[in-house]
Amino acid sequence: MDRELILDVRGVSYRYPGAPADALEGVNLAVRAGEVHAVLGPNGSGKTTLVRVALGLARPAAGSVMILGRAAGAWSRRAIARVVGVVAQREDNLFPQRVRETVLLGRYAYLSLWGTEAAEDHAAVDRALARCDVSSLANRWIWTLSGGEYQRVRLARALAQEPKLLVLDEPTASLDVRHEMQLFELVRALADRDGLAVLLITHHVNLAARFADRVLLLADGRPAGDGAPADVLTRETVERVFAWPVSIASFEGRPQMIPLRHGKDEI
Amino acid sequence: MRWLGLGVVVAAALLLAVVLGPAHVPLADLATSEVVRSLRLPRALLAFLVGGSLAIAGAGLQALVRNPLADPSLLGLSGGAGLGAVLAIALHVNSPWALPIAAFAGALGAMALVYRLGLVGGAELDPRILILAGVAVGAFTAAVTTALVSLSDAAELRNAFLWLWGGLSGASWDNVALLCVYAPLPVVVLLAAARPLDLLALGEEPARHLGADVESVKRRVYLAASLLTAAAVAVSGVIGFVGLVVPHAMRLLWGHRHRPLLPAAFLGGGALLALSDTVARVAVAPRELPVGIVTALIGVPVFVLLLRKWTAS
Repeated sequence: MDRELILDVRGVSYRYPGAPADALEGVNLAVRAGEVHAVLGPNGSGKTTLVRVALGLARPAAGSVMILGRAAGAWSRRAIARVVGVVAQREDNLFPQRVRETVLLGRYAYLSLWGTEAAEDHAAVDRALARCDVSSLANRWIWTLSGGEYQRVRLARALAQEPKLLVLDEPTASLDVRHEMQLFELVRALADRDGLAVLLITHHVNLAARFADRVLLLADGRPAGDGAPADVLTRETVERVFAWPVSIASFEGRPQMIPLRHGKDEI
Repeated sequence: MRWLGLGVVVAAALLLAVVLGPAHVPLADLATSEVVRSLRLPRALLAFLVGGSLAIAGAGLQALVRNPLADPSLLGLSGGAGLGAVLAIALHVNSPWALPIAAFAGALGAMALVYRLGLVGGAELDPRILILAGVAVGAFTAAVTTALVSLSDAAELRNAFLWLWGGLSGASWDNVALLCVYAPLPVVVLLAAARPLDLLALGEEPARHLGADVESVKRRVYLAASLLTAAAVAVSGVIGFVGLVVPHAMRLLWGHRHRPLLPAAFLGGGALLALSDTVARVAVAPRELPVGIVTALIGVPVFVLLLRKWTAS
């Protein structure tokens, strides 16, 4: 059975105004319901630019971006927020707020101009809090949370949007192993049990290889491989893209990268 | 309960403004007194409208530039208004409406300049540049204003300085009516932006992801806050700290959600300025202090406390 195609990026190129070279060139990306699609690549390889283009926040110079069969640029921000939830790399907390309040912000796209939150909005927030296992934190102030709890709360806010596509930009940066694994397991479960399509931007080659169904590897804005982790993450490709010698092992059928030390015979 | 309390404060502030004054009016004669009808009542209402406009503009502005210590005076509008007014005085334009019209024109000129500078980085309005541009435009207009004042003769100079410090002595039913017609539109624009302003506190990019049309919200809030400030400055001169202190005080009671915060700031700002103006009229009667001095004397210590609290957290 073919799963529903949620995000369809085809032959996209993008250049920042005044930049000498394309930030993205000829990138394809198809994210389907129930799939975790990871995007890997070195710093500056175009991962975050790809997210901006995919969400209709930057207009590609060439190619097309379709969300649920409709051009990304044709969606209003409000309409897109009802089908795509994003956990951005960073955000500010200008004013102190409680966990439940910040998750309730996920309902903005469902509220009318002068209306207030209805029972269904609060129900969506309750579900999202429970799904991310943060219901017990609902009345805590944001600034009292640990890094792992905070990321799960932000994920809950994205789920309160009741999206079909979840976009996570470096969701586990600066988290320890336990919190990192908890978050990846949660993301995997959201795809498997809730049928969400997940676009996961990450630096963790090994975690992407273990949790993702497909991996897009970017190098200088160009695709260096797209497919099942075992097909994309070969030694030759990874060494070329990350410019560092590695060894590739296999664990539970998934490739795992081990970076090598300098001064060994590979260099 | 909080709203009831605020309502009582507003009513008390307006009542005090009507009851107190250098001329003794017996309570029994309040309703029939000519002093109350043609002087104190319009002045109390004007103080309320101006204070409310400044406070709601300040609350919106703080969320827009993402700095809780922002004040409408940072927009550079006051400087433009001051320059317009002083120009009118220096050019001996004699008409009861000359000062407010010149001040309003000066404020709009400054607003256009600041807005243009805020767009200097491209098509997106950059709130950080907006504040810096406001300070720069304010400093420039203040320099020109001071040059004009130093070149004019003594009587004019005193007028100009008093006007710059703000005062509601020019209050009349005419300018109360004018503000009643003028202020609702920008106030409604700000109220309609309440929810997106909540999102903006997370940052522009997260606000977009949650569904806010960030560029449009920034423009609408800047223009509405500026138009309110320009009108306030035009009828009463430069009145500082109401727009800074009142939103903070209201946040302590209502939290940081803009839906309740913005109307609370309007009511609280109105009450504070009505009270301050009563103090300004009564404290050194029969003479009058410029109300901007009273709000600054109240506002600066509160500002220092807030600054300490802010930097400590």
